[in-house]
Amino acid sequence: MPHHRVIAWHIDNLDNQGDGNQMRIFSERRTAGVAAVVVIAAVGVLASVAVAAPPALDKLRGSVTADGSSTLGPYMTAAAELFSRAGAKDVRITVGISGTGGGFERFCKGETDLSDASRPMKNKEAVICKTNNIGSWRAFTVANDALTVIVNQDNTWAKCLSVEELSKIWDTGSKVGNWKDVRAGFPDQKIKLFGPGTDSGTFDYFTEKINGKAKRSRSDYAASEDDNVLVQGVSGEKGGLGYLGYSYYEANQSKLNAVSIKNPKTGECVAPSVATAQNGTYKPLARSLFVYAKGASFKRPEVQGFLRYIFDHEVAIAKRAKFISLTPAQLKKSRINFDLAVKASAK
Amino acid sequence: MTVRRVRAWMFQALMILSLAISMGALVWLLVGTFVKGLPALDMKLFTNPPSSVPEEAGARPAILATLYIAVLVLLFSLPIGVATAIYLEEYARKERWYNRFLEVNIQNLAAVPAIVYGILGLAFIVRGIGVGRVLLAGGLILTLVVLPTVIISAREALRAVPDSIREGGYALGATRWQVISRQVLPASIPGIATGSILALSRALGETAPLLLIGALTYVAFDPTILGPFTALPVQIYTWVKLPDAGFQQLAAAAIIVLLAIVLGMNAVAIFLRSRFRQKW
Amino acid sequence: MAPPPSGAIAGGAPFSLRSSHRHYGEKVIQILLGSCALVSVVTTLGIVVSLVFPALEFFAEVSPVDFFTGTVWAPLFDPASFGVVPLLVGTLSVTFWALLVAIPLGLGSAIYLSEYATSRRRVVLKPMLEILAGIPTVVYGYFALTAVTPLLRQIGIQVEIFNVIAGGLVMGVMLIPTIASLSEDAMAAVPQGLRDGAYALGADKLQVSTRVIVPAAMSGIIASFVLGVSRAIGETLIVLIAVGQQAKLTFNPLESIETMTAFIGATGNGDLPTGSTEYKTIFAVGLTLFVITLVMNIISIRLVRKYREVYD
Repeated sequence: MPHHRVIAWHIDNLDNQGDGNQMRIFSERRTAGVAAVVVIAAVGVLASVAVAAPPALDKLRGSVTADGSSTLGPYMTAAAELFSRAGAKDVRITVGISGTGGGFERFCKGETDLSDASRPMKNKEAVICKTNNIGSWRAFTVANDALTVIVNQDNTWAKCLSVEELSKIWDTGSKVGNWKDVRAGFPDQKIKLFGPGTDSGTFDYFTEKINGKAKRSRSDYAASEDDNVLVQGVSGEKGGLGYLGYSYYEANQSKLNAVSIKNPKTGECVAPSVATAQNGTYKPLARSLFVYAKGASFKRPEVQGFLRYIFDHEVAIAKRAKFISLTPAQLKKSRINFDLAVKASAK
Repeated sequence: MTVRRVRAWMFQALMILSLAISMGALVWLLVGTFVKGLPALDMKLFTNPPSSVPEEAGARPAILATLYIAVLVLLFSLPIGVATAIYLEEYARKERWYNRFLEVNIQNLAAVPAIVYGILGLAFIVRGIGVGRVLLAGGLILTLVVLPTVIISAREALRAVPDSIREGGYALGATRWQVISRQVLPASIPGIATGSILALSRALGETAPLLLIGALTYVAFDPTILGPFTALPVQIYTWVKLPDAGFQQLAAAAIIVLLAIVLGMNAVAIFLRSRFRQKW
Repeated sequence: MAPPPSGAIAGGAPFSLRSSHRHYGEKVIQILLGSCALVSVVTTLGIVVSLVFPALEFFAEVSPVDFFTGTVWAPLFDPASFGVVPLLVGTLSVTFWALLVAIPLGLGSAIYLSEYATSRRRVVLKPMLEILAGIPTVVYGYFALTAVTPLLRQIGIQVEIFNVIAGGLVMGVMLIPTIASLSEDAMAAVPQGLRDGAYALGADKLQVSTRVIVPAAMSGIIASFVLGVSRAIGETLIVLIAVGQQAKLTFNPLESIETMTAFIGATGNGDLPTGSTEYKTIFAVGLTLFVITLVMNIISIRLVRKYREVYD
């Protein structure tokens, strides 16, 4: 599995350059304020943290409440199922799919232990968390995703699109309604656009990377929360174009074509795949998926045990839920991050 | 004369046709769902928790939660509903403005869309009094949704008891409450039962308010009153939205279970009504 | 045959004339019952408060004029636009198709049940019709999406996967029993004397039904339509599952649109930071929905009262 450049890529993804907000806050001092603490920098130094042997899974009791991204929903559900089967039968895990923002909203009210997110926490949300005094929290990277641009199988021309071309199609006020307007040489074929619902993290991420700002998008396209509808729509329209999470493309490869994206730095056309998402060449649409844990909850053995299980069996969980797993280097970093959190919570 | 007869015949045919179309839609819906769902209707549906893999998925927590909700809704809505109905029918003086307001208010509540109750539940029950996103909150919200229906049907049942019975009681020196509790109420039980069961069956099929209070959740364990929950109709909604054909089939199978519960209750109510219909 | 009058009095316990604290007890009971009745008032208050305050905050940020006249609904896009007209039109459009089915079929069924069917047939047919009212709406939604939409495509109507027409037609079926049962009640309330008089003048059933019964019961029938409209406007699951979530200003029934209820349902469990203007839109739309159904219902209550007054 290729995994060079992962660390750089990883940090790049966490670093929410768009509006300078930071999401990784883990402070024992509540007065630390909202100023972001990027933990990763310290990670390399603390590569070996000794941890006491964790309790056996069948000794764990209690409940874990997770809520957030619907993209991550299947992943967390799969993790909960495997965790329970591995012996943690007395841990009651609930996984809600209120969406990334909805999840943070509940998280910052102190209602949940874990918040699943397909984008980093926004500054505004962190302020609310602080105001509500929920204490510290910590973010972990749990899986990768390659946002995939899909077209109809009869589409013989759009093999590779650049960010500029995608933006021309999707930006606010765009009037592009025909493929011939996207690039000289494309045929005279009407474009029919399909996209995810506006309350999904996928929409936020795509619009931020393509149009420069989250939620900046034309609104006259067929939006659906149901990825199945995007698949049916694009496969039924010759001029269809849409975008969705990689796992849905993978499940419907026989009906759709994925468009390669021109890497803005190298100028190369890169197709979305497990490998290109993991090695960081699929830019700018590769992304990480996160789980946020509340500091107070993290002290509870069942919450800790569940997260430990995720990092011990990340590949199996990703496979079951049809997600792109972390690279060994990413996984290692997440584990170190986790061990640090364990150590911090033991104090 | 013949033109008139043809027109009369055509009119009657149209009337029958409109009824037939309604029935046809019903049959189509039921048969279609059964054909699709029957292959997936097995014990697994009742014993397994939901899963990300359709072959392993069941609806046990959702089915149990729906049964718990049924008990809760009955426990809350029946006493409050019947008490309100007794107050309005037997005690309230109609000329008082507040009694008239009560009456109009209940009629209005009956027409408030269920999803609006979801907003109320989120703002007041889940957050306001801090019950949280638990089964009890679901039961309370659905109680509020069906309460107007329970009240209205209980009032009708009370009204159907003729005044001669009340007057007979008073003539014997009974107090108002003695007349109500020993004569009027027992006589109206079949009517109240019918209305309550119909209201309850509506509560069990209701989905929209539960969506707003976070019942759209993966819950893999048997629910408790004060724990997180998902209900059968919400589970169906979850499955309907998933692209995998296996989940579509599971949705149909779960619909069969839901219809069996809900229509079974309807059948009981209709039976009660026809069995105990009293002519005074 | 109805069962013989039951012996409620004979079966009851004998009256007792004791109880010295009768009046005190009576008062307590009345207060207890009255406080149960207050639950419904508290509910109404709760609904109004939970809708009005966030909605007021919303209208402090978005002008009501923009909200009620704006034709672009994109609250979650950037730049956001809060024109509710597309949602209103979407709701209207679905309601229109639902009523197109429910009014003729419901009224037809009611006339048949009230004027044509023998009492034995009525006893069988009415409960069957009521089953339609008992089916959960999530089931209707599933039916519209997985049975009606594919059928429309098969017979050559090029509908989008989410479309107004399938949801509207199915919602119409759902409303048939509401309209049929209320209309039938209104027709049954027409005094027999009117029928007998018309028959004595040589009228046939068609004439009696259409020229005597229906006009006499008109206010009750219209009330049933109004209630049907209000149900259609408030229905959530059918539109959420089968009609879609694309707020488009169009009356084309083959396309996908968004209704007010679908917006609340889809957004209420979605990705919205609390306190944001976007979040408050749920309450603004909820309040709009509440007011519309309230007005509908007040109209309906007035109409029902009117026909009751005539014949009581």
